[in-house]
Amino acid sequence: MSNMAKAFVNGKAFIPFITCGDPSLAVTEQLVYAMEEAGADLIELGIPFSDPTAEGPVIQEANVRALSGGVTTDRIFAMVEKIRKHTQIPMAFMTYANVVFSYGTERFIQTASELGMDALILPDVPYEEKEEFDIPCRQHGIDLISLIAPTSHDRIRTIARDAAGFVYCVSSMGVTGSRREIKTNIQEMVNLVKKEKEIPCAVGFGISTPDQAAQMAAQSDGVIVGSAIVKLCAVHGAGAVPYVKEYVRQMKNAIR
Amino acid sequence: MSKGRYGIHGGQYIPETLMNAVLELEEAYETYKNDPEFQRELTELLNEYAGRPSRLYYAKRMTEDLGGAKIYLKREDLNHTGAHKINNVLGQALLARRMGKTRLIAETGAGQHGVATATAAAMFGMECEVFIGKEDTERQALNVYRMRLLGAKVHPVSTGTGTLKDAVSETMREWTRRVEDTHYVLGSCMGPHPFPMIVRDFQAVISKEIKAQLLEKEGKLPDAVLACVGGGSNAIGTFYHFIEDATVRLIGCEAAGRGVNTAETAATIATGRLGIFHGMKSYFCQDAYGQIAPVYSISAGLDYPGIGPEHADLYDRGRAEYVAITDEEAVSAFEYLSRLEGIIPAIESAHAVAYARKLAPQMRRDQIIVITLSGRGDKDCAAIARYRGEDLYE
Repeated sequence: MSNMAKAFVNGKAFIPFITCGDPSLAVTEQLVYAMEEAGADLIELGIPFSDPTAEGPVIQEANVRALSGGVTTDRIFAMVEKIRKHTQIPMAFMTYANVVFSYGTERFIQTASELGMDALILPDVPYEEKEEFDIPCRQHGIDLISLIAPTSHDRIRTIARDAAGFVYCVSSMGVTGSRREIKTNIQEMVNLVKKEKEIPCAVGFGISTPDQAAQMAAQSDGVIVGSAIVKLCAVHGAGAVPYVKEYVRQMKNAIR
Repeated sequence: MSKGRYGIHGGQYIPETLMNAVLELEEAYETYKNDPEFQRELTELLNEYAGRPSRLYYAKRMTEDLGGAKIYLKREDLNHTGAHKINNVLGQALLARRMGKTRLIAETGAGQHGVATATAAAMFGMECEVFIGKEDTERQALNVYRMRLLGAKVHPVSTGTGTLKDAVSETMREWTRRVEDTHYVLGSCMGPHPFPMIVRDFQAVISKEIKAQLLEKEGKLPDAVLACVGGGSNAIGTFYHFIEDATVRLIGCEAAGRGVNTAETAATIATGRLGIFHGMKSYFCQDAYGQIAPVYSISAGLDYPGIGPEHADLYDRGRAEYVAITDEEAVSAFEYLSRLEGIIPAIESAHAVAYARKLAPQMRRDQIIVITLSGRGDKDCAAIARYRGEDLYE
């Protein structure tokens, strides 16, 4: 079993997202350990980008904070190297195409793989453009995660057929950030995927409360939460670790 | 392989949420571009509403003053709303209406594209929202008022540098939020396919007219055509029908800001490198880790860290040249054309005028330069006065 697949063996998966370097890489590292202890099954590490077009205000601001603190791709790689001495929890990088491309796509993916990263999520790379990233990913044993959206309709089958790791189901229209309710028929999206391929489906965008998480998990294999956690980092700064840990514990309990 | 490639540039690097919208747009465009009824309606709007064809004016005093090549000005500044932007907007608004969309959204830098979009929305009875960088709402206050007057809702964008790139990002975010009834009227030959192609096709009327008008006046092709370049829509329109004419030099004039050797520049070809941003692969001003640079130019319309993919390819192929013009050179050209020809150009277009001042004296008197005046300069008067140390509102 791949390390990535282990994320989906412990009941429904809880997948927290944090922005690397917000407020510092030292805190990011501590957050990874704390979230694992609290029951996280897979951790998404956001590499900040200056102009994150798929993000709402909360994660946009986290990117600004991280970048103004001097975070770079190389420093994040160094942090991952340290983390991998302590834990083998499945981890995915989530960033934008230009961060990978400008580093040298092949070089970025090879380095990430050698450091023990399991997956890569690029929200601005749709199915049509995935090849230039997917070929090196497959070569180096990294899953390039495919996203499907409420507007995907008949694209879902094609996307699912080529998907690896898990399918990221975007729950709502718009950018990341919490929403009062999620109206999309998630079950239908998940069914379309599963008809094509037996692959885990995790739902993200707009989820912040344990109730929402439970509702989404009931229709899928896992739940991704970003903005709600990043908000805790914004409010508590260097003191965020216990707050995030408690939040992750509650969320995992809600979907168990 | 993905669609919409210009050499290695272009493509469709956008969130999955928007993919069906751009596919639907491409399909609609392929249908209507060859539809005689659509073309008839567009031509009628361009002629009767926007005032096309725009004039090709022989700038006699400028020609004499520079003492070299003969200079013609393609007067896009005389179009309704005061810039070339209306050419593309009327095309896209018509397309959006055929697609059953009832709401237009747009980004704007100098405000000209926002004004053009608000204008078309008013005329077609559509809802309109425009995103403009906070910084630019101050530089282009007059255009902000015009948009509101035309019934558009104007959203100042304070994220990032509060300029054009942030306005584009915010409009993309808005489009992912509400795509069903909304068309994103992208203002330049950039973004994901099919936008660079659609915008180029709608702006190509500029070079089509230049070619016919100059053949009538001079019986030959120009030796060089000049246009300013931010994303590059008026430039691609100016170049397009001359790309196959190898004797015609195609020259794009980028904004060097305070100079290409300073951090305060927006000259993408001079200082950028290959990247992926705003839906396309092209050249971008960025740091070593791919973070997009906070660019600068006195001109809000050229204050953009990228360039359209077709320009990037024309550059790679050596077919077009790109030169960088500083704020100071552009302001000086703004004043020069005003005094010499009685034409106040947009500060964007003044970048092309500035390069003509350098180029014309090196050319023979029987050679011809055409400069596209992409817009008029009324919107810039307050900012240029301020640049020269005079406050109009004191």
